[in-house]
Amino acid sequence: MTLTATRTRWLQDNGVYVAVVALLLFNALFTANFLSVGNFRTQLIQAAPVLIVALGMALVIGTEGVDLSVGAVMALAAAIIPLYLGAGPLPAILMALTVGLVAGAFNGFLIAKVGIQPIVATLALLVGGRGLALVIADGQLVQLHDPAFLALGTDDLLGVPTSVLTAGLLALTVAALTNRTTFGRQLVAIGGNRRAATLAGLPVNRVLVGVYTICGVLAAVSGVLATSRLAASDPADMGLLMELSAITAVVVGGTPLTGGKVRVLGTVMGVVLMQLVRATLIKHNLPDSIAQMIQAAIIVAAVYVARERR
Amino acid sequence: MPTDPVIEVRNVTKTFAGVRALDDVDFTLNRGEIHALVGENGAGKSTLIKVLTGIHSPDVGRISRNGRISTIYQEVNLVPLMSVAANLFLGREPRNRFGLIDRVRRDAEAAELLTSYGITADVRSPLGTLAVGEQQMVALARAVAADAEVVIMDEPTSSLEPREVETLLEVVHKLHEAGIAIIYVSHRMDELYRICDTVTVLRDGRNVHNGPLKELPRIELVSLMLGRSVNEIQKHGTTAFGEDHHADAQPVLEALDLTSKPRINGINVAIRPGEVVGLAGLLGSGRTETAKAIIGALPLDRGTVLVAGKPVPHNVKAATKAGISMLAEDRKTEGIIPNLSVRENIVLAALPRLSRFGVTSRIRQDRIVDTFVKRLRIKVSSPEQKVAELSGGNQQKVLLARWLCTEPRILLLDEPTRGIDVGAKAEVQALIDELAREGLAVLLISSELDELLDGADRLVVLRDGEVAGELEEAQLTREHVLTAIAAEVMDDADSH
Repeated sequence: MTLTATRTRWLQDNGVYVAVVALLLFNALFTANFLSVGNFRTQLIQAAPVLIVALGMALVIGTEGVDLSVGAVMALAAAIIPLYLGAGPLPAILMALTVGLVAGAFNGFLIAKVGIQPIVATLALLVGGRGLALVIADGQLVQLHDPAFLALGTDDLLGVPTSVLTAGLLALTVAALTNRTTFGRQLVAIGGNRRAATLAGLPVNRVLVGVYTICGVLAAVSGVLATSRLAASDPADMGLLMELSAITAVVVGGTPLTGGKVRVLGTVMGVVLMQLVRATLIKHNLPDSIAQMIQAAIIVAAVYVARERR
Repeated sequence: MPTDPVIEVRNVTKTFAGVRALDDVDFTLNRGEIHALVGENGAGKSTLIKVLTGIHSPDVGRISRNGRISTIYQEVNLVPLMSVAANLFLGREPRNRFGLIDRVRRDAEAAELLTSYGITADVRSPLGTLAVGEQQMVALARAVAADAEVVIMDEPTSSLEPREVETLLEVVHKLHEAGIAIIYVSHRMDELYRICDTVTVLRDGRNVHNGPLKELPRIELVSLMLGRSVNEIQKHGTTAFGEDHHADAQPVLEALDLTSKPRINGINVAIRPGEVVGLAGLLGSGRTETAKAIIGALPLDRGTVLVAGKPVPHNVKAATKAGISMLAEDRKTEGIIPNLSVRENIVLAALPRLSRFGVTSRIRQDRIVDTFVKRLRIKVSSPEQKVAELSGGNQQKVLLARWLCTEPRILLLDEPTRGIDVGAKAEVQALIDELAREGLAVLLISSELDELLDGADRLVVLRDGEVAGELEEAQLTREHVLTAIAAEVMDDADSH
């Protein structure tokens, strides 16, 4: 009994690492051309935008919330870019991030101050945000030609693709934020027991607004990088279903939906795992429909393992 | 009346996570009687009811039931969005010849049933649109219509208006006349003495009294509920807090006219540095609400809290900043953060002060945690152990440490020794003593009379959300306190 409990606990904490290692081994043995620098580059570049969104999602889920609007915020960021790109890439990026900040703060305001449930509050922006993005872009896909902006998606910095480097730095920042700052610890405490946190005099509302704002900004960062890589602003498709990919990665990474715990490294590994699964299936010529079903099975397995908690 | 038991419970023991919720309890309910079940919070009433209704099975002992049991909880557990009639017949609706629900007949029968209880409500309107009292009546009617022979009513009048209480008691009387046995859980003395035949008093999971209610004076009943648990409480005479110690000091905390209707009304409390003021009263008298009002966690209709003469804005953050700390009654839901370690639980409230520019300092945390773990003798394998794995007593010490880290001037303690074992209890009590001696102002809420008598310098007695009396050190005797709580002598004096 206790042995099973210990084993379950271990699996909860380390399952995602085991799965990643197992998949890497499988591919090293059975997939042609898997162990190449080019392949790893491709995988990481594809994973970077998801990871950036998932980091924000992990923080939100840590407070016992959820943010369904991340995909729409990405679309908003994408729609903003061409409007300001004439003034240079930096103003365009800053404006896109500001939109993410405002969107996130709006979510936080609805949730913390007005008291709307996170799933409902962010659902509003999921629908309305993309609509607004399409209005801004007039429903059009816009090709982008600014070389400095496009370099974000194509160039390397210190031998690493810029987007991957950004994602990595952001992961480190979020990990430090979670584990080493007052804000991070208060966030986890609020997710763990909101009433107790309130009675302990914690600034609950401020922390919640902060968390959703961070999540919005990170979604905008992801939207900027994805837009640059695409070399086009495409608000109709940008970030579509991203909220589900992000939530999946967070949950598979061992952060419980019940809040009170944020696993940053687990989230990184969750993103890597989902990316590897898809890559493996594609390389073995399995259709996308099968890939989706396997992803679903992984989610169920992750939630099943997490179910034993408490 | 010849004994004809519908429910018989013998030697039942039920343990939850090492805590004995019921300890060798006997309980007999005879056909047609109204049986009062009383006891303070945590005495085991709810557990006994759950054992009776079969939700929990006892670890030891046996139960025989000779009738259908129906339970009516304080919060009505019917479907608010469905119609009154649908609720009344939920699960046993009259059918027409196609096997479908015969709505016409159902509504007619429902109307007839309600009228017989003197309730005039449209049976087709959703239950949720009725007043709470009426909903409770519907629940009662449903129980009777389902041919229940035993009805358990758990605090049925706690959220009712006086007029609704009258109607409810009449219905209870009708049920009684129809030969239905009733278990009536309530803290309202007037109601109990009006309708109940017999009484069972539970305390700390034990059955401490059984017998006819009428022969038991009120003061005796209150005394049985609050109890004397000799040897359990470490005797530390109140003499340690000499009057000269603080008699002329200015109060550090003054709560003026705290009102949050209908829970508390015009409560005044003042505490001087180094003083332990006890808040006495039965469950529901407004003790916890008073503490929550002081810390700013209960919305107020009116009232002010002054710390060292300065008004404090009415919110928890401001109160904490002004030096008020509150140890909540319910450790699990309002105290510990279960996922986090002992260290993180301790530093939670003081975190900003232990950090620099928002970055936490592990060294400072470890230092302060180490100090408190030693000082409060918290038994942990390491400060990194999860707080959920600790015993109740140690969790309570962790929470005390959390507040002491913030260097408070005023400590509000709501049932600080509830649900913790005897040894830890004495330690926590000694600690409260020590803290007061160091100059903290303490508000002590306890259901245990002895804890209040031994621990407090002064008592404020609450009854029905109002201050029923204040007892200075010289008056701190069992009889005075019980009298103030039960209000018997005063009421008698008024009426004669």
